[in-house]
Amino acid sequence: MAVELTLGAAILVALVLYALSGGADYGGGMWDLLALGPRAQRQREAIEHAIGPIWEANHVWLILVIVVLFTGFPTAFAVIMTALHIPMTAILVGIVLRGSAFVFRRYDVRDDAVHRRWSTLFGAASFFTPFLLGLCLGALASGEIRVAGGRVSSGFLAGWTGPFAVACGLFAQGLFAFLAATYLTVDTEREPDLQEDFRKRALASGLFLAPVAALTFLLARDGAPYIFARLTSWWAPLLLAVTSVCAVGALAALWARRFHWARMAAVGQVTCILVGWGLAQYPHVVVPDLTLTNTATVPSTLDALRSALAVGAVVLFPAFGYLLYVFKRRQSLPPKRGASV
Amino acid sequence: MTDFFFARSQMALSLAFHIVFAAIGIGMPLLMAIAEGLYLRRGEAIYLDLAKRWARGTAILFAVGAVSGTVLSFELGLLWPRFMEYAGGIIGMPFSLEGFAFFTEAIFLGIYLYGWDRTPPLMHWISGIIVAGSGMLSGVFVVTVNAWMNAPTGFEVTDGRVTSIDPIAAMLNPASLQQVIHMTLAAYVATGFIVAAVHAFFLLRDRRNVFHRRAFGIALAVAAVGIPFQIVSGDMIARMVAERQPAKFAAMEGHYRTQRGAPLTIGGLPDDAAMTTRYALRIPRGLSLLAHGDPTAPVRGLEDIPRDEWPNTRIVHWAFDLMVGAGFAMLGLAAWGAWLWWRRGLPDDPRFLRALVVAGPLGLIAIEAGWFVTEVGRQPWIIYGVMRTADAVTPMSGLVVPFVTFTAVYVFLSVILVYVLRRQFLETHPNAPGRSGAAPGASRGG
Repeated sequence: MAVELTLGAAILVALVLYALSGGADYGGGMWDLLALGPRAQRQREAIEHAIGPIWEANHVWLILVIVVLFTGFPTAFAVIMTALHIPMTAILVGIVLRGSAFVFRRYDVRDDAVHRRWSTLFGAASFFTPFLLGLCLGALASGEIRVAGGRVSSGFLAGWTGPFAVACGLFAQGLFAFLAATYLTVDTEREPDLQEDFRKRALASGLFLAPVAALTFLLARDGAPYIFARLTSWWAPLLLAVTSVCAVGALAALWARRFHWARMAAVGQVTCILVGWGLAQYPHVVVPDLTLTNTATVPSTLDALRSALAVGAVVLFPAFGYLLYVFKRRQSLPPKRGASV
Repeated sequence: MTDFFFARSQMALSLAFHIVFAAIGIGMPLLMAIAEGLYLRRGEAIYLDLAKRWARGTAILFAVGAVSGTVLSFELGLLWPRFMEYAGGIIGMPFSLEGFAFFTEAIFLGIYLYGWDRTPPLMHWISGIIVAGSGMLSGVFVVTVNAWMNAPTGFEVTDGRVTSIDPIAAMLNPASLQQVIHMTLAAYVATGFIVAAVHAFFLLRDRRNVFHRRAFGIALAVAAVGIPFQIVSGDMIARMVAERQPAKFAAMEGHYRTQRGAPLTIGGLPDDAAMTTRYALRIPRGLSLLAHGDPTAPVRGLEDIPRDEWPNTRIVHWAFDLMVGAGFAMLGLAAWGAWLWWRRGLPDDPRFLRALVVAGPLGLIAIEAGWFVTEVGRQPWIIYGVMRTADAVTPMSGLVVPFVTFTAVYVFLSVILVYVLRRQFLETHPNAPGRSGAAPGASRGG
């Protein structure tokens, strides 16, 4: 069990890091589409500036999730990709359009109608892709995807079409929007008016999140009974408490304009939510039929994969640290974007 | 038309689209690293300018490559879940390593593209080298997976279930070395030719333009150095295929009858019913010589292979001839260029430049044709001799919908890309009025 557990944990960690980095990039796209007011153009520039150097690296966390899943747990991968064929295909369309629209917009000559169309496409794809990601995670927890004799027996609509999955989709959207706005308050430190814009957006999306979270929780009673039952475990109240402290703390810090604290609390909040989902679902990959154990491949591959992840982490984390050091250290933030944009 | 047909078409479309960006994503960082290295060594600002301009185009192509590659990693499961269920544990290892290589590439590409003013010059150049190295490595890892599908090794099966796996042996399968060398060289050669063609186009307008002369020189040198090795590696891989995949080899060569002293069949119309390739040019004993180094050696024809294990002979034969033809055309051009260069310095003869503009896409055409050979030639197998493609397909129906969707998306992106890149070239042309074509980040750094 030990190796499966390690690899399952690695998938969860990669998913958390994807939410914290790639998720915020989606949120940035949402705020790009919703850019309003006299500073709309500068908001867009700040978002582009924050996302530009890092979004492709952030995106790789998702690829890592997929790769570790199909290497370590090929049966689970086959079932997930079969049962969720439709939303997964839509996610791909979203990923392709979003990434392409972002670079086209960035490198194509500006100030014309074409450019605005890229913005719209980038923003729209940033909205619907995380919704679908949430939908898919909700479907895995729902218990409605059933497997008989190693084959999906519940068809192609099970799990992701119910109200619980839809609530998860909305929750993911809200969470990413909140995360992005909170990060952006720190990124725009040198521009107080922009910072104030993003502060308001962070507060608004944070408040929007509360009823959506409550709704998701209530819908889980019928929509995901297995994990709902697990929320009575000893760790559940503890995690719920930490999550709430983080959520309230983030809002309070935003209110008090303690933006670094707000960012930290938001990171804690998202991490707790995903870890909570992972714990509630454990040891299942797809509730209720597929677990880490019954979908794992042979031990030799699991061991090799664990070693590869260990070596990879040694290479990756310093590289990632350097990337963030180059682009996110405080003194490197430009006071204002040049007139050339 | 069946769902199976649409699944195969969607996979083919996705691969054909992605491979262009993957190849250029491997090749361009090398060109940029050379240009920036020359700048650091010689201190000529024009090389720095060149690296920055190339970086702009690369940023666009790399992003499209990254997202279209993501599509493929999902599609393995979306379209071929039985294949992934069977093979995931066997071939996942190189995919995981590829994930890390790609991660490294994406991180340092971010630093490279946006960090001109934020990193010391040497560190910036090293970042470029890391991008080039990790990009090459991710290509290598992915190709070993494809090689495994051609030469499946490193696992044992009991009662139809994979019971024992040696992931390293699977990765280092008998087809890996040849395929890896062939594809890696292909990426450099194709990038070199297409980039040289772009700058040759501008040189035809203004032969004195130092910027384009430098750019043309670097790209042409990479292409011309690579192509002779690529021809040799093509010979290596063909011998390997002749030995390991006789059906693919026979289809490539349009070779139906097993015989000693087999002729080399060039062009023509493979006719499965008549078991012959009509209207072809035949070089006596050529095939025996090429495949086995012995003009009298026997070469197995398709007649020895059960009819239901034949690939589509026309596609495979024509694609193979197209690839080889493109390869030799590039070799000829490289020889011409080398001769001109040796005599008079940088070959800026207008006839040569014109020929190069026309031949620019040949490398990419050869890559596409080559993948058609290896993929269509492996059919009806998804894992050669182990699992049929038809048994791997998803039970999902209505696959015409995603196929049409992705076709529309990719056609749309291709049109836009041509348009955007064209504007990039014109806009960043050193003599063009307007924006000075500064590199990303350079005009707005901190």
